[in-house]
Amino acid sequence: MSSVAREWREIPGRYNLEGSKCGCCGKVYFPKRDFCPKCRRDSIGKVEKHKIDRNGEIFSFSVVHESPACNDFLKPYAVVFVKTKDDVLIAGQLVDADLDKIEIGMPVRAVLRKLDADGASGVIHYGFKFVPDV
Amino acid sequence: MDVGIVSYGAYIPRFRIKPEEIGRIWGVDGKSMGKGLMINQKSVPGCDEDVVTIATEAARNMMARVPDVDPKDIGAVYVGSESHPYAVKPTASIVAEAIEATPDMTAVDMEFACKAGTAGMQACMGLVGAGMAKYGVAIGADTSQGAPGDALEYSASAGGAAYLIGSKNVIAKINKTLSFTTDTPDFWRREGQPYPLHGGRFTGEPAYFKHITSAAKKLLAEVGSKPQDYKYAVFHQPNGKFPTRVAGMLGFTPEQIETGLLTPNIGNTYSGSVPLGLAAVLDKAQAGDRIFVTSYGSGAGSDAFDITVTDAITGYKRENAPTVDKIIANPVYLDYGLYAKHKGKIIMSE
Repeated sequence: MSSVAREWREIPGRYNLEGSKCGCCGKVYFPKRDFCPKCRRDSIGKVEKHKIDRNGEIFSFSVVHESPACNDFLKPYAVVFVKTKDDVLIAGQLVDADLDKIEIGMPVRAVLRKLDADGASGVIHYGFKFVPDV
Repeated sequence: MDVGIVSYGAYIPRFRIKPEEIGRIWGVDGKSMGKGLMINQKSVPGCDEDVVTIATEAARNMMARVPDVDPKDIGAVYVGSESHPYAVKPTASIVAEAIEATPDMTAVDMEFACKAGTAGMQACMGLVGAGMAKYGVAIGADTSQGAPGDALEYSASAGGAAYLIGSKNVIAKINKTLSFTTDTPDFWRREGQPYPLHGGRFTGEPAYFKHITSAAKKLLAEVGSKPQDYKYAVFHQPNGKFPTRVAGMLGFTPEQIETGLLTPNIGNTYSGSVPLGLAAVLDKAQAGDRIFVTSYGSGAGSDAFDITVTDAITGYKRENAPTVDKIIANPVYLDYGLYAKHKGKIIMSE
């Protein structure tokens, strides 16, 4: 069973793509971080919360045939790198898509889906997945 | 103060199954069953979808149409459903977090068979009208249950719609609402049981028809209106047959209910049924159109609404979210094996 507290801490990023933006150079990061590796010590105390745009396009993808148990019901499925309108690359799962029609550059949108559950009696983990933006 | 609908949003999963396919498994003439129920196909949730994800998508579509509304001004989120993923742990708090309305607000899950969504709308009207909240969100959503082989399996589907209730920039004013409620055990599901039971034909006359006609007639009398005064009417739609018949009993025409009658193409979305029917009407409604709405929840009760679309609909950004017609387009059809997997009917090893 995963840590409920750890999952809870990740809710802003998982539900609403909350990342961070460096107050010095303006670079956007996801997942969020407290420190900008480009501006280094200049960024200390200047990295702010930044909500990543839920819309983007597929930068790269791969179809997965051997899945972890949480995705047994969804295989085969696609994992994608999505370049959002904030110019951030986000890795995620692509669902509700015809696997033979996935293309680089295809517009996609982040939605909330079930990621996993801690058995039949544990907590359900929700988070973003991507769907084709038709 | 004019209280009413400030925004709305809908969501229906893309998967479908046809009654012929369900009938094939159980040795029943599914086509005849579908014809009798006036159901051509029903929606099925994806393997990673439930009431939380459906309600969230509907609510995000609702918020997309009002980009000027600050989600922090939402004072209440109510989610009506009979398929909340948790027995204890609210759906509403997850949805509220996903639309960034937390933390200065109240949230609660509601259940009244198929009418908990409209009950939420009434509760939000009360909060807004009393000045306790600037906006309230009422959502009706379900991933409905129907026992394998039971008549309900041909209709029980998945979907939902969300409503932002407020008093500023109201696109559809709710002129009046009232309810009619009795203890009528026509359909129920006990705690921990996977499937509901129902009273067969008992769900008709003393239940669905009595409650809807009682609430509807009372509303018409109190408002002083006639069925002809409305451009559209939406009644709870457990199948296509019941709302068509109840509309006729009350004096509404097939043309008045056509736009909001979604069951033939998506099945019975239970708590999502009337909210989705109303969303389909609001997708097309113009300023001045009057809409008559009556929900029904087994157990049993009906909520009736007299609604007038306002001039604010012209500046409203309907185009910022998909219409019900667009959401329903391009379905993916499942056979019964995939349907069983999607609905979690297959027992897996630990």
